[in-house]
Order: sequence, then structure tokens, then C-alpha cells
Amino acid sequence: MKKNTVSKNKLYTLAALLVIIGLLAFLQANTSRYSYQISILERSAIYAVVAVSMNLLTGFTGLFSLGQAGFMAIGAYTVAILTIPVDSRASVYYVNGISPAIANLHCPFWLALIIAGLIAAAMAALIGIPVLRLKSDYLAIATLGFSEIIRAVIAAPQLDRITNGSYGLKSIPGFPNLFTAFGLPVLCILLMVLLINSSYGRAFKALREDEVAAQAMGLNLFRYKELAFVISSFFTGVGGGLLAIFMRSIDSKTFSINLTYDILLIVVLGGIGSITGSIIGAFLVTAGREWLRFFDNPLVIGGFEVPLFRSGFRMVIFSILLMVVVLFYRRGIMGSNEFSWEGLGRLIRSIPSRLKRKSKAQKHPAGIPLSPESVDSNKKGDNA
Amino acid sequence: MSLTTFFQQCLTGISLGGAYALIAIGYTLVYGILRLINFAHGDIFMMAGYFMIFAMASFPWYISIPVVLLVTVLLGVSIERVAYRPLRTAPRMSVMISAIGVSYLLQNLATYLFTALPKGYPEIPFLKKIYQIGGLSASFVTFLTPVLTLIIVYGLITLINKTKIGMAMRAVAKDYDTAALMGIKINRIITFTFAIGSLLAAVGSVLYFTDRMTVFPFSGSLPGLKCFVAAVFGGIGSIPGAVIGGFILGLGETALVAMGYSTFSDAFTFVLLIIILLIKPTGLFGEKTTDKV
Repeated sequence: MKKNTVSKNKLYTLAALLVIIGLLAFLQANTSRYSYQISILERSAIYAVVAVSMNLLTGFTGLFSLGQAGFMAIGAYTVAILTIPVDSRASVYYVNGISPAIANLHCPFWLALIIAGLIAAAMAALIGIPVLRLKSDYLAIATLGFSEIIRAVIAAPQLDRITNGSYGLKSIPGFPNLFTAFGLPVLCILLMVLLINSSYGRAFKALREDEVAAQAMGLNLFRYKELAFVISSFFTGVGGGLLAIFMRSIDSKTFSINLTYDILLIVVLGGIGSITGSIIGAFLVTAGREWLRFFDNPLVIGGFEVPLFRSGFRMVIFSILLMVVVLFYRRGIMGSNEFSWEGLGRLIRSIPSRLKRKSKAQKHPAGIPLSPESVDSNKKGDNA
Repeated sequence: MSLTTFFQQCLTGISLGGAYALIAIGYTLVYGILRLINFAHGDIFMMAGYFMIFAMASFPWYISIPVVLLVTVLLGVSIERVAYRPLRTAPRMSVMISAIGVSYLLQNLATYLFTALPKGYPEIPFLKKIYQIGGLSASFVTFLTPVLTLIIVYGLITLINKTKIGMAMRAVAKDYDTAALMGIKINRIITFTFAIGSLLAAVGSVLYFTDRMTVFPFSGSLPGLKCFVAAVFGGIGSIPGAVIGGFILGLGETALVAMGYSTFSDAFTFVLLIIILLIKPTGLFGEKTTDKV
């Protein structure tokens, strides 16, 4: 019986994969017609990589870091510098000229992405040594500080001949086709899933649940924290590189604190500690911004212009929605569970009975699995 | 650099530091009691700037200032009521994320209501008046800020150490549950703390924006973070610490700008933060905390 369900699940997964590949092939054939939808999907996929890598830290290791934008900036700039065609460099660096050291440096984009990840990881290894000694809020604010420092360094006039200062970099070659644009994020996420399911992943979770107990069991706290931080930064760097390829022009303002907040909100919405949650969150948030776009346009009903609808209203609605999630639906979409076909089946079967029970719905269903947050709450009173 | 320019820069630094100190106190108070980085504090400060623009459009300054103080306090208290109180028993990370959410909401709301374009800050005549002392010349606000900061801090320390509500605040900061058992109305104390914090943010905003001339929806986020750093630098929970942190930050930043490294003036703050966290994790005047196992 068990074997039967397993093969059924594989069949479902295979079918879903085929549908996705078919969809991609369809979109690839009609790129010009669906360019808007494609760009939303591409951006979502890239955000998903960064969100999963943030979740690796926040959800699985219990380290609350807010440095994502900084590592993305490192990745994006590395990729941009390495992939801008040599011929068009003169026109990109037209203001200050290009430093001779990088003038003829060029490599294919996949190599550039790996180098971007490695540089971000090396930076994280360096930063991690002092910063990972700090606890929750202090860690968050220190990493946030680092991302601001990185941004300031990138925009500094002293580095004009490398990063082009405040003018940013443009003419970055885009993705060759849709399969690369989606294949690379999928590959990154798969690698992270493998890591989380390995013995390292279990060590990370042990750290998250109780540092002291994990240490007592013989885990080298610092080593594992550093490892999680470095790996997460590697993929954040790759994500930043992908973003550079997607946007084709970048400047230091793209990588402000708000980018980190966006990623954080994706993670929270999807559920802290759920990889599929982060992926769903990335697609929902990115697409949601576009769906809500009608709020930005004036709405006229029967000759009467509804006064609230004008530019900027969309983001207000969006942030109110997010506050509602944070306040009333704290576990996010997936909580700390992962997607499974059985779960989906259960959900579909339970819809009729749920609708019936709606009148006497309970706010807090029993048996909530232990989430990283509920563990963290034990530490709340530690200020004696 | 001549001696006069040096003193001129010092004056600017002290003035900026005073405004930072006032905002940093808001962080310190809230953190001391709720153990929460109130990410929205910088945005409350920004909103106070906008309130001032609208108040000055219809009232003279001596009515506008009290109105702005009142409205800002209301804003701060209602944020606490709506976004933080429902999460009182929730894990710390949730509350922090809620704070980030509020900050995001306020920024978007400001963009929606007042557009993203910078708006001119109104001139408050007596604050803008230029005074000359020796070779130094500066507007009145530059001289007023540090003095006002010190007066407010003195008042606040007296409040916390000498009055009943101050004692209650200290009790709540020390131990939440025991304070509740002793009959302290926790929620009232927290509301009071947020009111003071927002009041100081409003005062700081008047002093800060008078020198800067424009307000835009994101003008609160960076000063907000910097002031948090100032509070951490001085030892979070300590008011004199926040003041000294604010002044050091203001002076350091002005010095960097004067030396021509203005792009690094923001990064300076965070370098300072990381250094202090490494050398003395609880800040200059921080209490020693021990982890209970």
C-alpha cells in the first residue's frame, strides 16, 4: 500500500514537471506576446532563491540576519562586471573610464554566477567571524549595518572606475532563454533542499531548537553557524547575480534595506521554516504587486471617480495585507510544513467540512508543530 | 583647516548629535521595556516632519508645534496599540517583523498621501535666525538643539528616578511578569513609554528638519537606523548612554563629511556599531546580562 502511494506521488510530480516544462516551452515560443508575464515569473523565481536562502538562515538555523541586500549587491556587481561585453564597456563607463584591471575581464554568465556566489560567501565568512557571536536582535542590526556598508562602498567615488559609482552598470546580457532563467533558480533551490535534508541540515535545526542543548550534544556552535551563514550568502550572491542578469542594469540604490525587507516579507508570508512556503510566497508577493496594480489607476464607477484610487494606493493595500498576515496569520501560508501531494489532497478533501465548520471555527487549532518562533519565545525572559 | 572652521564643524556635529540623541532615547526606552527594536520609530519621526508641514500651512508656529507633538504622540501610541499589543505574548521575531511591517506601511502611506517627491519644510522664524558668536555663525536651532536635549534628558532622568510612574517603568523593564503581579498596569506603562518616545521623536524631527529643509517618505529610515545604533552604542536601556551615543555619532559623521568622505558617513555608523558590539557587546553603559539556561 505504502509503495503504491509513493509511486503515485512520483507520477504526480512527473506530471507537474511536464506541465511546467510544457508551459515554459509555450512561453518561450511566444516571448514577445507574454513578455510582461514572463518578467514577473522570472523575478519571482529569482526572489524565491534569495527567500529560500534567507529561510535557510532564519527558519532552519534560527539566525535572524538582515544582510541579504548587501550580499545580493556583491553578487550582482560581480556578475555585471564579468559579463558586460568588452566592446560596450567604453559606453557603460563613459563618465569615469574603466580601471585597466577589469577592462578585459570577461567570462560566460554561469561562471560569473559561481564567482559571484563565491565572493559573497568569502565576504560572509569574513563578516561571520565577529558578527555571529551576537544574539538575535543584535545580529539582525549588525548584518543590516553590513549591507549598508557594502552599499556605501559600492557607491563610493573611490571605486568609480570599477563599479561606476552612482551611475550604475548597464548593458548586462540577459538570459539566453527561459529554460536557463528558470533552471538556474531551480538548481539553486534543489541544492539547498539537499543541504537541509543532510546531516548538516539536521545540525542547523538542532541549533535553532536549542543552542545550549546542541552544544551539549557536541555540535561546534560557531562552525555550524558560520557554515549556514556562508552557504546562505553564497546562494544570496547567486540570486543577486541572477537579478542583475534579469534586470540588465543595476545601481546601488536597487540594493537598499527595502530589498531585504521585501525578501523577509516573502519568507514570513510563506512560513518561516518552509522551503515550499518561501517559493509560494515569492510568486505570490511578486505577482500580487502586479495584480494589485488596478488600485493605482483611477477607478470610475458610473461617472463617479472613487477618491482613494490613485498612484501609490496599491503599495498601501499591499502593506496592510502584510500586516494582517503578521498579526492574524502569524504562521504564514505553510507554517513550517512542506508541500506534499497528500497534504494537497487532504486540503482539497477538507474544504467542504471546513466551510461547514466556518461558523464555529477555532482560532488556534491544536497540535501546531514546533516552529522556530515558539522556541525562541522561551528566551524572551532572559533579561534578568 | 582653520580653528574657526573646526569649531563651526563641531557645532554642526553637536547639533546633529542632539537630534540623534532625542530619537535614540525613544529607541532606548522602548527597547528597555519591550525588548523590541521599534523599526517604525524612524518613520514616526518622518511623519512628524510631514505633520509639521501641514500644521504650518494653516497655523503659526506656536500653535503648530504643540499640535504636531500631540498628533505624533497619538500616532506612536496607536501603532503600539494596533501592531505590538496583539503580539505581547508572541515570540520576539514576530514582533520584530511586525515592526518592520509598520515601518513599510508608514513609508508607503506617506508615499501615497504626500507623493515621493521631497516637500519643503516650513521655516520656523525664530529657529532659523542666524546668530554670530566670534567667527562662528549658525542658526538658532544649532545652538538650541544641544541645550534642549540636555534639558529634556535631565527631566526624563528625574521622571524615571523620582516619580511613581518612573518607578513602574523601571519595574516593568526589569521583570515583566513580576511587575504585573505587583499590580502595575503593564499596558498603561507601555503606552506611556511609547508616548514619551514619540514626543521626543517629534521634538527631534523639528530640530533635524529645520536644518535639512526637505522631507520625503524615506527620510526617516536611515536616521532611524542610525539612532538605533546610537542607542546600542551607549548601552541600550540607558538614557545617558543614548545621549552620548547620539553626540558621538553626530560628531563623527560631521567630521567625515568635513574631511570629504561624505559617501562613507552612513557606513561610519555601522562600523561604529560593529566595533562596539565586538569590544563591549552591551554598549558603553549597558548592564551586564547573563543568559539563563
